[in-house]
Amino acid sequence: MTALLTLALVGVVLVVITAPMRHARAARRADPDARAGAPASAGGSASAGGSASAGAPTSAGGSAWASSTDLEAAREAKYREIRDAELDYRTGKLSLEDYQAIDADLRAEAIEILDRYERAGGYERAGEDGTRP
Amino acid sequence: MAGFGFACLLLALVVCAYGIGASLYGVRGGGAQYMDSGRRSVYALAGVLSVAVLVLEIAFLRNDFAFNTVADTSSRTTPGLYKAAAIWSSQEGSLLVWAWLMSLWSSLALFLTRRRIRDVAAYATAIMLGFGAFFVFLMVVYANPFATTHPAPSEGVGLDPLLRFPAMMIHPPILYSGYTLCTIPLAFGMGALLARRLDAEWIKAIRRFAFAAWLFLGAGIMLGALWSYSELGWGGYWGWDAVENAALLPWLTGTAFLHSLMIQEKRGMLKVWNVSLVLATGTLAIMGTFLVRSGVLNSIHAFGGQTLGVPFVILIAALIGGSIYLVVSRRDMLRSEHRLDALLSRESMFLLNNLVIVGLVFVILWGTYFPLISEAFTGQEASVGPPWFDHYTVPLALVLVALSGIGPVIAWRRATLANARRNFIAPLAFALLVLAVLLAGGVGSKPWALAMFCCAAFALGSAAQEFYRGTRARRAMAGEPVPRALVALVRRNRRRYGGYIVHIGMAVLFIGVAASSSFQRVNELQLSPGQSTRVGSYEVRYVRPTATLTPKEDSAHTGSTMSLGALLDVTKGGRHVATLEPSEGFYASQEASQGTVGSLIGGQPVSHIAMDIGATRNVWTAIQPDIETPSLKRIVTVGNKTLPPEDGIVGIAYLAREYLKHPPPAQFNLIVSPLVMWIWIGGLIVVGGALIAMWPAPSVVRARVRARTRARALGSRGLARA
Amino acid sequence: MNPSRKRTVRLVVALSAAVLLATALIYTSFSAASPALTPSQLLRQALPGRSYQLTGTVVKGSVHREGPVLDFSVADRAGGAAVALAYTGTVPDPFHEGREVIVTVQKQGGRYVGERNSLITKCPSKYKTAPPSENQNA
Repeated sequence: MTALLTLALVGVVLVVITAPMRHARAARRADPDARAGAPASAGGSASAGGSASAGAPTSAGGSAWASSTDLEAAREAKYREIRDAELDYRTGKLSLEDYQAIDADLRAEAIEILDRYERAGGYERAGEDGTRP
Repeated sequence: MAGFGFACLLLALVVCAYGIGASLYGVRGGGAQYMDSGRRSVYALAGVLSVAVLVLEIAFLRNDFAFNTVADTSSRTTPGLYKAAAIWSSQEGSLLVWAWLMSLWSSLALFLTRRRIRDVAAYATAIMLGFGAFFVFLMVVYANPFATTHPAPSEGVGLDPLLRFPAMMIHPPILYSGYTLCTIPLAFGMGALLARRLDAEWIKAIRRFAFAAWLFLGAGIMLGALWSYSELGWGGYWGWDAVENAALLPWLTGTAFLHSLMIQEKRGMLKVWNVSLVLATGTLAIMGTFLVRSGVLNSIHAFGGQTLGVPFVILIAALIGGSIYLVVSRRDMLRSEHRLDALLSRESMFLLNNLVIVGLVFVILWGTYFPLISEAFTGQEASVGPPWFDHYTVPLALVLVALSGIGPVIAWRRATLANARRNFIAPLAFALLVLAVLLAGGVGSKPWALAMFCCAAFALGSAAQEFYRGTRARRAMAGEPVPRALVALVRRNRRRYGGYIVHIGMAVLFIGVAASSSFQRVNELQLSPGQSTRVGSYEVRYVRPTATLTPKEDSAHTGSTMSLGALLDVTKGGRHVATLEPSEGFYASQEASQGTVGSLIGGQPVSHIAMDIGATRNVWTAIQPDIETPSLKRIVTVGNKTLPPEDGIVGIAYLAREYLKHPPPAQFNLIVSPLVMWIWIGGLIVVGGALIAMWPAPSVVRARVRARTRARALGSRGLARA
Repeated sequence: MNPSRKRTVRLVVALSAAVLLATALIYTSFSAASPALTPSQLLRQALPGRSYQLTGTVVKGSVHREGPVLDFSVADRAGGAAVALAYTGTVPDPFHEGREVIVTVQKQGGRYVGERNSLITKCPSKYKTAPPSENQNA
C-alpha cells in the first residue's frame, strides 16, 4: 500500500516537473529552425552585467531594460508619481511653482518610458488596456 | 501509512535538490524550460508536503497512537478541532507545518511572477528550495513526524489544557505564516542581487510579499498578546520574553523596509538600506524560528531540543555571510541616484525612521541574546529584565510615533519655513492642547506616558489634517458630498490613505499601551468570602465561592474535571459595575501515583480569568483557590483509599462541596487597566489600513487611470518639442 | 561648507551618536543583569542583597503554603544541592513538583527570599507550544 502510494506520488511529481522540457522538445520538433527554449527574458544574461546607468530616467532602479514588463512596471510607477504630485499640490503640500516644476520633470520622464515601451513592442504584446495579472 | 509519510519527506528532499539544480542551470543559460521546471519543483514540493500533512492529520483524527507525535499531543477525549490543531504543538509537527506553509507561499509567489522578473525568480526559487530542503532535512534526520512506536499505546497524553482555547488555534498558524512569508522577500532580494536586477518590477513584486509577511507577523504578534492578556493568569500582554521579541524583530525590519522602499521608488536612494533590510528580515525570521525551538534561551515558551541548535546556527551564519557578500560585491549597482539635500526633508525623515528602527532592533536583539553574550564574555549567564528593555524602547517608540506624523507632510528634498508653517501648525497645536488638558488632569506624574500621548496626538492630528485636506481637494474637483468624497479619495489613493490609516491605528495602539502600563492599578491579596478590597477607584467584594464539576467536556473549561472559583461584585462609588466569576480549572493527570481521586485533579491547573471590558478601562480578575488545606487533602486521601477507580468523581464531588461549605482564603489578582481595549482596536485599524493600502484597484479603474495619465503626459510632449 | 564636507560631518556625528548609545546600552545591560545560577552555584557564590536568577527543579515534597507565602526548594536539574526559599506573589499555573522553574532570589540573612511575582515555570522537556507561565513585571 505504502509502495503503491509512493509510486503514484512520484509519478505525479515527475509529470509536473518535466512538463516544460517536454513542451520545449515538442516545440522544437514542430519548428526545427526556431531556437526553442531560448531564455524568455533575453535580459536574463544580458542584464547580468548591467549596473546603474546614469541616464536611466526612472528613479526606481538602475539596470538595463530587460523586457516590456519591466517598462510597464516603470510606467505604472511614474504615473503614480504624477498623480501623487498632483494630490500633494491639491492638498497644499506643494506650492504652485514647486508643483509645476516637478510635474514637468515627471512628465518628461514618463514620455521617455512610453517611447521605450513602444520601441520594445509593448503595445503589440499587451492589449491596449494593458491589463495583465 | 507512516512509511508513506516518511517517503513523502524523502521525495520532498529529492524535489528540492532537483529544483535548485534546474533553476540555476536554467538561469545561467540552460534555457527557460529549466527555469520553469525549477518553478514547478516548488509547486511539486507544496503538493508533496500537503500530502504529508494530510497523512499526519488523518492519523490525528483517527487516533492512530502508533505515531509518536499523535500519542504525545492528542488523546481519544481531545475535542476534534483541537486534535486537528495538535499537529503544530510538537517539534516535529510544527517543522512540517512550517515547511508546508513555506512551500505554499513560495508557490504562490512564483505563480504570481511566472511571467515577470524571471531571472530574479529563478535565483529566488533556488533559495526557497534551499530553505525547504533544510527544514525537510531537519525532519528526516532529527525530528521525524512520522516516527512510530510498536506496539502502539492505547491512549495518548492529550493536548495541554492551556492550549484548549480557540485563540490558541489561530495564533500559531498565523505566526508561522508570518515567519515563513518573510523568507519570500529574502529569496527575491538575494535573487535580485544575484541577477543584478533591482528595478520597478522587482520593487512591485517584493513590496507585495513583504507586505503580506508584515501583516501576518503583526497579526500573529497581536493575537499572542491578546491571548496572553485574556487567558493567562498574569494580566499582561507583553513581557519582553525571548519568543515575543523573536517575532517582533523581523516585523520591525519589515516596517522599515516597507517605508524605505518608497524612497528607492521615488528617488533611487537608500538601495543598500533596502536590500539589507529585506535580507535582515528573512534572517531574523529564521533566527526567531531557531530561538523558539532550540531551547538555547530561557523563555516562558520553553521548548526543548538542543540537537536542532547546530544546524540552525550553520544556516544563520550562511545567511548572514551570504548577505554581506552579496551586498558588498554588488555595491556598484546599489549606488544612490541622488543625494540627501537637506537634514529636514522627507528623505531624511525616512532615513531617520530606518535608523530608529535599527536602533530598536539592536536593543531588543542585545537584550534577548544577552544570556549568551554575557556567558561568552564573563563566563556567567545573566539576563536582563523588562525594565531594561523599557528603558530604551520607550524613547525610541516615542520618536517613531512622532515621525509618523512628520513624515507624510514634510516636503521632499528640502523643508522650508513656509512648508512647515502650512503643514505642522495644526497638528502641533492639537498636540499642545492635549498636553495642556492632560497636565491639568494630573497625567504629569507619568512623564513618559504623557510624552507618548502628545506624540500620538500629533500623529493623529497630522493624519486627520491629511484626510481633511484631501477630502476638501476632492470636493473642489468633483463637487461630491463629504462622505462620497472621502470614500473616493481613499479608493483612488489607496496606498497613501491606507498608510495613514495604519499610522492612526499605531498611534491608537500606543495610547492604549502607555495608558494601560503607566496607570494600571494592581491588587494581589488573599480574601475570604464576605471580604472586600479596593483596586483603583473600584471596590471588589468576594461574595461567595463557586464550584463546577464537569467530568466530561464543557464549553469554556474544556476537559477540566473541577473548577473552583469565586463570585465577585465590582462596584464604583456604590454603583454596581459588574459581577465577575474568575475560576481555576483542575485537570486530570496521567499519574496513577496520585490515586483515584487525586489523579482526576492532579494535572496542571489552568486559570480562567474574568474581565469587565470597557472603553475606558478593563477590570481584570484572577483567582488561585487553595485546595491544599488539611481538610480538603484529607478528602482526597480518603477517596483514594476507599473509592473504586470508576467512582473517583464522587470524591471530587465531596471536595467541591466541602470547598463551598468551608472556603479557605483564596489568592486574588485584581487589575484595573485603563484603555487596554484600544490596543486591540488600534491593531484592527492597522490591519484594515494595511489591507486598504495593498488592495489592488480593479483593472478597469486602473486602465482608465492609466489612459488619463498617459494623455496628460503626452500632452506636454507638444510643449517639450516646442 | 561644500556638500561633500557637510555629508562627512553628518556621517561622523551620526556614527558617534550611535557608538555613544551602543556603549550606554552595553554598559547598562551588564550592570542591570541578574546572573542565572543553579542551586549549587548559588549556595557557593551568593552575596547578600544581590539579585540572582535561580534555575532548577522543584523538589518533590518541599512545597508548603503558609498564607500568602509559598515555601519550596529548588534543586539542580541533575539532583544534588537544593536551595529552600520563601516566595510571595502569583504562582503560575504550571507550577508543580518536579517542574523546572526560574525565580529571582535574594539572600537575606541566612534565608533566600523570592522576589515578588518573579516565578516562572517551564514546561517539561518535550516541545509543546508550552504553557507560557506568568511572568510578572514587578
